[in-house]
Formats: sequence, structure tokens, C-alpha cells
Amino acid sequence: MSITVDRKKLSFLERTYIPQIIGGLYITFRNMFKKKVTLSYPDQRPTLPPGYRGAPTLVKDGDGREKCVSCQLCEFICPSKAIRVTPGEIAPDGKYSFIEKAPKAFEINMLRCIFCGMCQEVCPEKAIVLQNEFSLTGLSRAEMVRDKAALYAAGGTMPDKIKKWSRVKSNAELERGDH
Amino acid sequence: MEEKLVTVNIDGADWRVPCGLNVIEACKFAGVEIPHFCYHEYLPVAGSCRLCLVTIGTPARDRATGELIKNEDGSQKIAWMPKPAIACGTKVCEGMHVVTKSKLIEDCRKGVLEFLLLNHPLDCPICDKAGECRLQEYATAYGRGESRFIERKNVKPKKREIADGKIILDNERCILCSRCIRISRQLVGRDVFGFTKRGSKNEIAVYPGEPVNSNYIINVVDNCPVGALTEKAFRFKMRTWFLKMTRGISAESSAGVNTWIWSRENTIYRITPRENREVNDVWMSDSGRYTFGKFQSGERLTTARIDCSESSAGYALTRASEILGLGSVAIVASGYQTLEELYMVRRLADTLKARTYMVSHLRDSDDGMLVSIDKTPNLRGGFVAGILKTYPKGDLSDLAEKVRDGSIKTVLCFQEDLLSLGFDAKDFKKANIIYCGSLDNACAKEAKVSLPLPSEFEKAGLWINRQWRLQAFDKAVEPPEGVLADFDVLCAFGRLAAGEEYKTPSLGEIRSEMSENIKILPSGCEVPAEGVVIDSSEFANVDFPETNALHFTKNVQQ
Ligand code: SF4
Ligand code: SF4
Ligand code: SF4
Ligand code: FES
Repeated sequence: MSITVDRKKLSFLERTYIPQIIGGLYITFRNMFKKKVTLSYPDQRPTLPPGYRGAPTLVKDGDGREKCVSCQLCEFICPSKAIRVTPGEIAPDGKYSFIEKAPKAFEINMLRCIFCGMCQEVCPEKAIVLQNEFSLTGLSRAEMVRDKAALYAAGGTMPDKIKKWSRVKSNAELERGDH
Repeated sequence: MEEKLVTVNIDGADWRVPCGLNVIEACKFAGVEIPHFCYHEYLPVAGSCRLCLVTIGTPARDRATGELIKNEDGSQKIAWMPKPAIACGTKVCEGMHVVTKSKLIEDCRKGVLEFLLLNHPLDCPICDKAGECRLQEYATAYGRGESRFIERKNVKPKKREIADGKIILDNERCILCSRCIRISRQLVGRDVFGFTKRGSKNEIAVYPGEPVNSNYIINVVDNCPVGALTEKAFRFKMRTWFLKMTRGISAESSAGVNTWIWSRENTIYRITPRENREVNDVWMSDSGRYTFGKFQSGERLTTARIDCSESSAGYALTRASEILGLGSVAIVASGYQTLEELYMVRRLADTLKARTYMVSHLRDSDDGMLVSIDKTPNLRGGFVAGILKTYPKGDLSDLAEKVRDGSIKTVLCFQEDLLSLGFDAKDFKKANIIYCGSLDNACAKEAKVSLPLPSEFEKAGLWINRQWRLQAFDKAVEPPEGVLADFDVLCAFGRLAAGEEYKTPSLGEIRSEMSENIKILPSGCEVPAEGVVIDSSEFANVDFPETNALHFTKNVQQ
């Protein structure tokens, strides 16, 4: 079914287009003297609001302990399958050997990541955090896959409020009287 | 025997259930789940976890006369037990009433779970059981969701290697259900685990000194409801929720243990038992759990070879077929092949007018449980496919003699290593040896033509176990690049060597053709979940070496 739309008949003044041109120029000139809202990126950088979701990174706690225990929940939840965790065991002589598990390898493919923050939300250890970095470039695909070292370098430290892993005395220690 | 049924009222609805069931099983029958930790269908009842509490009542009777007492409205009066009772330790009886959905029962479950979680560590992110842990599941479904415990947690010993290093025991996570104690009594035949200390310090311990020395101890890991017992070999390898489960049959022996094969992205991570109450109940041997290892190592044959140098598969197939076309062929089939393959081997042998051979692979003894003396999973398939008439010898010296006197000029061998079966390197010069198999063994290295075939995890098929039970398994992973499909190879030989005109049939087509030609097989080779025992009277006079074992009595048609 076709609909015929009646066109408005233009007046003489309207047909000269002069009022329209003047109106347009008025807007242009008005904005020329207003305060600028754009930035000359990349020379100027934006100030990011708190809670900004940039690239996911791995963080350490206040003592420099790697928080991630390679539970692989982030790998599971990630909608774009960007994360790949290879679980591993902490060496028995290490200071944190009682935590038992830590990632042997941890990779995030930044070409796949959509910065959704699901990984941060699911992480039971608050080990993966989306921070301020938002512009990532590389010359090859392989360069865009961040490995564990790169993720920790990007992440830095983030102390915990609750010290979940601080050691509680075992029954055996209590029996021996080391209160 | 007719099963006796009784009427039980579960949450207000009457159900006819077999007499002798306990209330958990009766409720399962009625589709009502009763959470439970310590109860296990295949173990004696312990009644230690108290999670299965339900309210139970029986028809009231007059103590003096034994008459049933009626309510005022004429309905049967129910004498309710004053307190909830454990469903696992209560057998159903006629007229029993069970209430599983009430405020009281909800509170009971919440209470039990809260007590269990008081001292349970927050370990789920590092616990291998996470994802298949009963405590996680029940705490989510029936727990109160929050802890009220502010006192100091009771910290029991963590990580300890036990059972000859096969298992890691983490006492912190144990909920003291005693399943491991009962399993080892049943499968190992003696006490391996036991409780020590008292009250909240109560912990599970392993009897010190003696090595456990059992091939069935890992079953405690499968059946521990929490992560207190975990398998060392699978520790921290992969979270269970990534793994895909495929129906498998253990190739370890002719017992035909039903398994689940757990894989992710074409890599197998573990094998666990699959319930089949006619074959393996819910158990399997420890050694059978690692049979995939040999196919993950560098021992795989993945490229075709002619005269020991790599070649394209197509060219190698043509070359092998040319050799087969020359006549005087013997075919060596294997007990590791599926029934379908053995049938196709038989068909190829008829086309090529070849003689067929098979060998038996025996281990030192039959363990009376789930590892039989016969190392191959499908030797009986050879009888059904018509390759064998009598029980085969352990080597091929007869065939080797024939090669030496020149009456056999070509040997087509499937999956077997001729060099360990009575052949020597000289025979490989004398006759043309064509090897088709998945492992790069000595035979593959010496043969005139070698063709790579899938392993048992890379194909679907049927095997016949020691009970003459036909069982099906599925393909768990894809074969590595370069490996040919079994039927393609078998049909290509028939086509190229004898000019047969047929295209490679599908598995379904082979199965229906096979069931038409072999009368004892069920039509279309449709196999139910628990397998189907075929009529073996034809082979009654063959002397099989397997001895009595779990669900198997020698010389008795099951
Ligand atoms: S932010 Fe989203 S897409 Fe990126 S790694 Fe995390 S879960 Fe995956
Ligand atoms: S980053 Fe967090 S969610 Fe991901 S593996 Fe590590 S602990 Fe688990
Ligand atoms: S170790 Fe596991 S099976 Fe054994 S008592 Fe503890 S929870 Fe039960
Ligand atoms: S299942 Fe009944 S008491 Fe544990």
C-alpha cells in the first residue's frame, strides 16, 4: 500500500534559503566561542571516572602474593573466550605453599576481550580487575595476547580488606600450645 | 520372581514401590530427591550424616488386638514418629507415610548443613571437587546461605598423600560420612581408612605402616561426597565443568567396565566409572583410568609409511592394495578392534580369500573383580564375527612358519605388534607386512606399508565382554591429523585389491548388515544402556580363561 505525503508549499522567503543559512551560521558561530568539550586525543588524555572498565589485569595483594588461584571461573564466564588459564601447583617450599594452587600460565587475548567485566565479577579472589587502560595496540596478533607477566605488570597491587588467606592456627599447633 | 510391591504415601501421593527399598530409594522412585551424604546405593547404610531426615508414620494399630485404628472420619489413623528419622536407614512398609516437604524438614537440613559448614574451609576455588561436590550442591539447594559462626575455625590437617601416592587427603574438607571406610572394606577387603580423635576434632585417618596396595582404591575419590579425597593424577589439571563426558568402555580387560571419558578440546583428562549394575556397579580399577596415556604420548602413528619412509595416505593405501592383490594373504585381526571392524575384516578376508588369525593377550592372573586375565576388550567379537573357532594362542608362530615356508606372502596386520608375537626381523624381508594401527610400535617401523588408524577413544563401536554382553561406546575425541578411518581403510582394500564395487558404509549400515548376517546379534545392533547379553551357546565348548569375578560366573550364561 502506498501513502502519498503532501509536501508543504514553500513561501518565497523560504525558497531563497537565506533564513536557513543565517540560522545555521548562528549555531556555528555560537559554538566557536563556547568552552570546548572534545580532547585532542592522543596528545590530551581523558580523566577516567572511578570504576572505569578498561583492560582486565591481574593484581597482587599488599604482600606481593599473587591473588589468582587458577580456579578458571573467569575462563568459564568470559563470553568471548578471551581467557585461557593453565592451572598449576605452588611449589611446596614456597611461602604460600599452603594455598596450593596458582596459575602456571594465564593468557588474555585482548583481541577477543570486549571489556565486559564478567571476569572481575566472577573472580572469588578479586584477582582479575578491569583497570584504566583502554587503548591497546600491537603489530601482530600474538602481541595482543597478554601473558601472565604482562598482566601482572599491567595490574600492580591491590590490597585486600579481608585477609582470607592469612593462616589460621591448626588444631595440631593449638595442641602444642603455640597460641 | 514377582517383585512384591507396597503402597507408600510420599508427600501426600500414593506410590507402589518394591518392598525392601529404603525411603531414599522409594522417594527417588517417586521423583522426590532426599539429600544425602553418607548413604550409597552399593554400600551398607551408616546413618552418620543425618541429612536425609524425613518425617515417617505408619498405620496405627491397637496394641492389644493388633487391629488397625481408624480416624473419626473412617480413614486410617497414622502413628507419626515423634522426631524425624533417617530415610537411608528406614525400609518402606505397607501404608507408610513419608513427609519430605515441611518446615521441620527444611530446618533439619539447614541445621545439618550449617554444622557441616562450620569448620569447612572456603576452598572451592582451589578444590578439584568443585562442580561435582555434594556439599556445594546441597548447601546451595537446602542450606541457609550465610554463616553465623564467629568463633575460631577448627583447622584440621590439609594436603597429605595417601594410598601409595595415588590420592591426596585433605582432612579440613572431610564431612565424616565414612563412605571411604565402607568402600575400602568392600573393594580392598580390609580397613584402609578409619576415624581417629573425638568430637569436633574427629578426623579420617589412614592405617599407618602398610602400603594400601590395591588397584581399586581410587573409587573412594569418585564417591567421597566432598573434596577430602582427590586424585593425584588429576589434581589441578582441569575444572570438571569444562569437561565433556562421553560414554566409554574400558579397554583394559574383557570385563568391559563402563566408563565416562572426560575430555576438553580433544584432550582426555580422566576416566571414571559409569554405573552399570550388571557389569561393574559403580566401580573401576585404578589402572584402567590411565589407558588414554599411551595414545597421548609420542608413540602414535600419525603418518602413512611405505618402506619406512613417510608417504601420503592415498598412495600408501594404493600400494598396500596392490600388494594384497597379489594373493597368498593372511590377515591378523585384533581383540582391540570393534565388532564392526572385525566383521569388515571377515568380509575382506572372504573377498581376498585370505586366512584370518587372532591372538590372545593374557595377563598373569584374573583379579576376581574388574580386571580379567584377558587384556583385550573384544576377543569374543572375533568369535561372533566368525574369525575364531577355538581359543587363540598367545602368539603367531603358526603364521610365522607359513611365512618362512613361503605359503603366505603377505600379512595384513591390525593393531598387533607382529615382532612380539613370534615374527622376527627376517620374516619382514621374506613377506610383505602391512600394518594398520594406532601405535607406532616396532611392527609399524619395520612394515612394508604402515597406515595410521584411530585409537579406541577416537571411534564409536561395539565390544563383547566376558559375559558375552554386547556394549556400545562413543567417540570421545577426534583422531590426530593424518589418521585414517578404520572402515575407509578396510573398504579401500576391498575396492582396490579385488575390484569390489561398494562405497564405504556408515556405522549404522554396517550394524544393520551385521545383524542380518549374524543371527545372535540384536536387530540393527541396537544396544540398551546396560548392554545386552547375546546367545553364546554356539561357543559353549570354547575354554575361556576368565575365572569367577564380580558379576561373572565361568561357563554360566548370564
Ligand atoms: S572483560 Fe569480559 S571479554 Fe574481557 S576477558 Fe573479562 S570476561 Fe572476557
Ligand atoms: S583470576 Fe580469579 S577467576 Fe580467574 S582463575 Fe584467577 S582466581 Fe579464578
Ligand atoms: S574422606 Fe570423604 S568419603 Fe571419607 S569420610 Fe571424609 S567425606 Fe566421607
Ligand atoms: S544419608 Fe542418611 S544419615 Fe547420611
